[in-house]
Parts: sequence; C-alpha cells; structure tokens
Amino acid sequence: MIRTLLAALFFILIFAGGAHALGGAEVAAKSQEAFFYQGGDLKARVVMKLITKRGKERVREMTMLRKNFKDKEQKYFIYFFRPADVRDMAFMVHKYTGRDDDRWLYVPAIKMVRRIAAEDKASSFVGSDFTYEDVSGRDLEDDTHELIKEDVLNGRDCYVVKSTPKAGDMDYSQKLSWVDKENFLPLKDEYYDRGGELYRVFLADEIKDVKGFPTAVKRTMKNLKSGHRTEVTFKEVDYNVGIKDSLFSERYLKQPPKKWVR
Amino acid sequence: MGQVSVPLRGILKLAAVAFVLLCPSYSRASEVSLHGFLQGNFSLNTASENPNGEEFKWAEERLQLKMEAVNESSLLFLKTDFFYDHVDDDTRVELREGYLDLVYDNWDLRFGRQIITWGLGDLVFVNDLFPKDYEAFYSGRPLEYMKKGVDGVKAGLYPSFASFDVVLVPSFTPDTFPRGDRFRSSQDLRGDDPAVTFENTEVAVRAYRSIGERDVALYYYRGFYGMPSVSSAGRLFYPELSVYGASVEGRAMGGILGLEAGYYDSGQDRAGDDPSVPNSSTRFLVAYKRQLMEDFTLGLQYFLEHMHDYSAYERTLPAGFPKADRLYQLATLRLTRFLMHQNLKLSLFAFYSPSADDYMLNPEVKYKFTDNVWAAVGGIIFGGEADGQFGRLDRNDNAYLQIRYEF
Repeated sequence: MIRTLLAALFFILIFAGGAHALGGAEVAAKSQEAFFYQGGDLKARVVMKLITKRGKERVREMTMLRKNFKDKEQKYFIYFFRPADVRDMAFMVHKYTGRDDDRWLYVPAIKMVRRIAAEDKASSFVGSDFTYEDVSGRDLEDDTHELIKEDVLNGRDCYVVKSTPKAGDMDYSQKLSWVDKENFLPLKDEYYDRGGELYRVFLADEIKDVKGFPTAVKRTMKNLKSGHRTEVTFKEVDYNVGIKDSLFSERYLKQPPKKWVR
Repeated sequence: MGQVSVPLRGILKLAAVAFVLLCPSYSRASEVSLHGFLQGNFSLNTASENPNGEEFKWAEERLQLKMEAVNESSLLFLKTDFFYDHVDDDTRVELREGYLDLVYDNWDLRFGRQIITWGLGDLVFVNDLFPKDYEAFYSGRPLEYMKKGVDGVKAGLYPSFASFDVVLVPSFTPDTFPRGDRFRSSQDLRGDDPAVTFENTEVAVRAYRSIGERDVALYYYRGFYGMPSVSSAGRLFYPELSVYGASVEGRAMGGILGLEAGYYDSGQDRAGDDPSVPNSSTRFLVAYKRQLMEDFTLGLQYFLEHMHDYSAYERTLPAGFPKADRLYQLATLRLTRFLMHQNLKLSLFAFYSPSADDYMLNPEVKYKFTDNVWAAVGGIIFGGEADGQFGRLDRNDNAYLQIRYEF
C-alpha cells in the first residue's frame, strides 16, 4: 500500500515537474510552430492598413501562399492587388533556417524577375510596422528564450517568454511574448529597445478556428515612438489547399495562376 | 492637334483579330479588368536649349489603359498609351503591349507585342538584346519606357529539369537613340530595317534553372545589333549579330552577387577589318547588391567589353575617326534610400567609364502622396571626355518631373 502511494506520489511529482519544466525554448518553439507553420500549406487574402499617428491610411492588399518543406524550410509567394502602383507585383521567398533567405521580386512594368538584397532582420515589409521577420518568422536559435512567468491576458492563461537576441545587431534588446497555454499562439509581443524602453507592441486581436487550426485573423503592430501602426486582416484563410511546389517559380511569379491569387 | 499616326492602325488591326478570335470564348467565362494611369512628364534643359530651340527635352501628358481579360487557360492583355507631346505638338497613340497568352500545364505561348527583359544587369545589358529606348532614359522618363516591346511569339517550356524561353521575332525593332533635334551632339540613328524574311527572324533563347541556391541561365540570340552602322555607301543598316552567353546569381558576401558573360559574334565582320561593322567582342558583367541598413541598399556593377581582332580594327579604321578602346570599361553605382514608411524614396544611379573617362548621373526623389498619386523629380547629368557615349551628351543635362495618378 505504501509502495503504491509512493509510486503514485512519484508519478505526480514527475508529471507536475514535467509540466513546469516546459522551458522558455520549448514554449517559443511551440509558439513558432503554431503561428508560422500550421498546416502543410496556407492561402490567405491579406489586407494591411498602414495608419499614421494622425489617422492617414494606406492600404496594401495581397494574396499570401505558404508551403512547408523539410528541415523547417518554407516558401512564400505574395501577390499584390493594391496599391495601384504595385498591382501585379509578386514576391517570392525561400526561407531557410540558420542562414539568409532567398528573395525574388517580379516587376511588372519591365516584366522582369530580380533577386532582392534585403535582410530579414531589420527590414520593413512593404513600408509597414512589420519586419520581414515578423511576417515569416525568426530563427529560434537567434535568441535565448526564458520562461519568466505565467499570466492571464484577456481571460486566457499565458506563458510569458522573454527572448533576448544573441547578436547585438537588432533594434530590440528583448521581446516579451504572451503565449496562449492552450493553442500556443502569441497573443501579445512587447519589444524593448536597447535602452530598455518599450517601443513596439504586437497584438493578436482576433483568433479564429480554420480547419482546426487556431489562426490570428486580425493582428496589429504599433510603434509607440512614432505612433504609426499597421493593422492586418486575413480576409480569407485556408489550410492544406494543395499548393504545388512548381508554383514557387519564375514562371508563376510572372504569370500567377488566377486560381491561386484570386 | 496633330494627326493620329500609324500605331493606331496596328491597334485596330490587333483588336479586330483579337475580337474575332476570342469573342466566343471570352464572352462566356472571363474576368475583365481595366487599370492604368494619367501622367505628366516634363524635362527641362539645364545646360542648353535643344537644337530645335525648345526648352524641354520632353513635355507630355499621357493616359495609359491596361485591359486584361482572363479565363482558365488564356489571357488577353492590351496596354495602350495616348499622349500629347508638347515638344512636337503632336497627339499620338502607342500600343505598348498587346498579346494573347495560351497557358498549358508545362508550356505556354505569348503572341503579339510584348516586353521581354532578362539577364542580371541594372541598366547594363549583356544577353538582353531586346530593344531599348535610350532617349527615354536620357530624357527623364519613367524607367519602364526604356524597354520597348517586340512583335513576335514567345514560348515558355517548363520540363522538370529546367525552364526555357524561346522567342521568335519576324520584324526587327531597333533601339531608339536620342533625336538630333532634341539632343545636342546627337544625330538621328535610324537605319533601314532588315527585310521581314524567314532568315531575318530574330531568335532569342534562355534556359534557366536553379543549381543549389544559385540561379543559372544560358542565353542565345541571333539577329541584329540594335544600333545601326554606316555602310561605305553611307547607308544606315543593322549588322548581323549572334550572342552566346551565361549568367549565375546567388547570395554571397552579405548580399547578392551576379556574373554574366556574352560572346558577341559579328557575322558580317568576322576578321574585324570592316570599319563599318562592329568587331566581335566578349562582354562581362559583375553585379553586386546589398542592404547597408534598413531601407538603404547599394548596387555596384562592373562591365567590360573586350574587342576582338583589335589590330585589324586599328589598321582599317579610317583616318579622323575616334578610336574605341580594346577594353571598354563601365562602372555603375546605385544607392536607394526609403524613408517615411517607404513613401519617400531617394536614389542615385551613376555610370562612370574608366576607359572613356565620362559619366552620367541620375539623382531622383520620389514621393507617394497617396496610394494612387506619386511624383518624382530628378536630374540627368552628363559629363567627361567628349568622345565618350556620356561625355558626348554633356550639353544635354536636364531636370525632370514625373507625376502620376494610378488607377
């Protein structure tokens, strides 16, 4: 009897310990998986509103296609509908882990596909408050992740993870993420500058279930220093739609199949 | 108002053909879209007036309409410009592009007037032998006007091991050079087009694929030089040309590095001793670009043109003609800086030839007032030795304004 009790106690301790042992790195990994890698592929019609402090708006509208490959590699295909001067422009990324991505841009006015030399880490995505990294994810290995506390945000139980860039070349010195304990989506990210001051905040404003994948269909990134913010709405989202590998090619950058970019 | 000139007939003809061919299928299941822009483009001389006495190198209002009709396996695209040219006091219609695409699983076809651009260069071309409009570039027009359409057919073939573009152009379109009445030290370089025959059909092929993480391409061209030569009888003609080339591009040195080379085989002057025809040459381009900081990029290029049979060239060059270098060299620099959430763009493009010792500078400021309206002001500045291609145009500096409403 005592032995049974001891064994039970032992298992309880193991499990309880195990649950607490979910470290910052694991939460960050699960969160990355939930936010950037769900499904085998994704198709979304995305509207981005760039809003100045005074309320002046500019709108970018695009179709985003994403497909997962082995070794956490991904390919992105983004086709622009708006504004008028970038209509028909298309953009392709081959995303790798541990090294720089490859990027191509199709310029419709001269019918040319060219590689572009923009780094992920500190480049604004089409002028918005999001960087390329915010759009397609950052290598987990580039930061150290520490679980600093648990918190409740908008009624959701969250882990709070502090991520500190290993290299000193980033705009931020640390990031705090509120990660939903149930679905591991980041509900809020706070970015602190080198002086330790909060300057950029990400919010997942609306989570919707799409084919069983919880998806942040409304997101905002706000720059507290400039007062500029970018609101993103995923108007149509779908997973596992059967995007072929061949889509990610120069041919389709120039002539995106209407079936996919509509 | 001036006359509506020749291109209109072409458009009407094309539209009629397209209508007859496509009406049955398009009326059933197609999506039609219409876009375009209204544009003002003015370029004021800053060094001296035009030879024709005008102050402007370019002054026009322009409407562009882009009509696209798409269904499952085909697409019809018409891009037509209507403009009023204040310098020549002339109204014109220009079909910039007009083509029909047929799209299949592993291949496609494009018939009609089309703009084709390939190769790695930024305003420097090795294997892109498609026609260019240098006058547009030197007059401060938007960059897209530097490329001219060709009237032909392009097939795209996409087997699994590589992709291929095969272009056939029955009727030759030459490059456009600065007109003598608008540019000082320039003359109308317009030769007699080669006859439209089967043998004279231009052929351009590109085979491309990625190898590892690099983009690799092979090129072939058979046709004519885009710049006319003067025959001994004083006639302007376009000499025959074949080009064999290759390029590779990929990430390197914290940026993107590209190498491109082409062998220019001058079929009408293989020995190099005909002074009226360019000698064969080999051309190389090294191109590098990288991001210096957020929204700030640098592009550097070095172009080399090595003339073959140089001694034969020297021996037969008529007295009094400026002598070209055996090795022509050209360096370019591009700096691009975005500010204000990429609504403000500052850029500088510079050509400098160490061998000819001449240069051209193109600084520009572009601002997007709204999602539909942008304006750019810039300058075109030539200088250096008077027999170089840029130095020769020294007195043609101009400041330009482009303003566009896009819809």
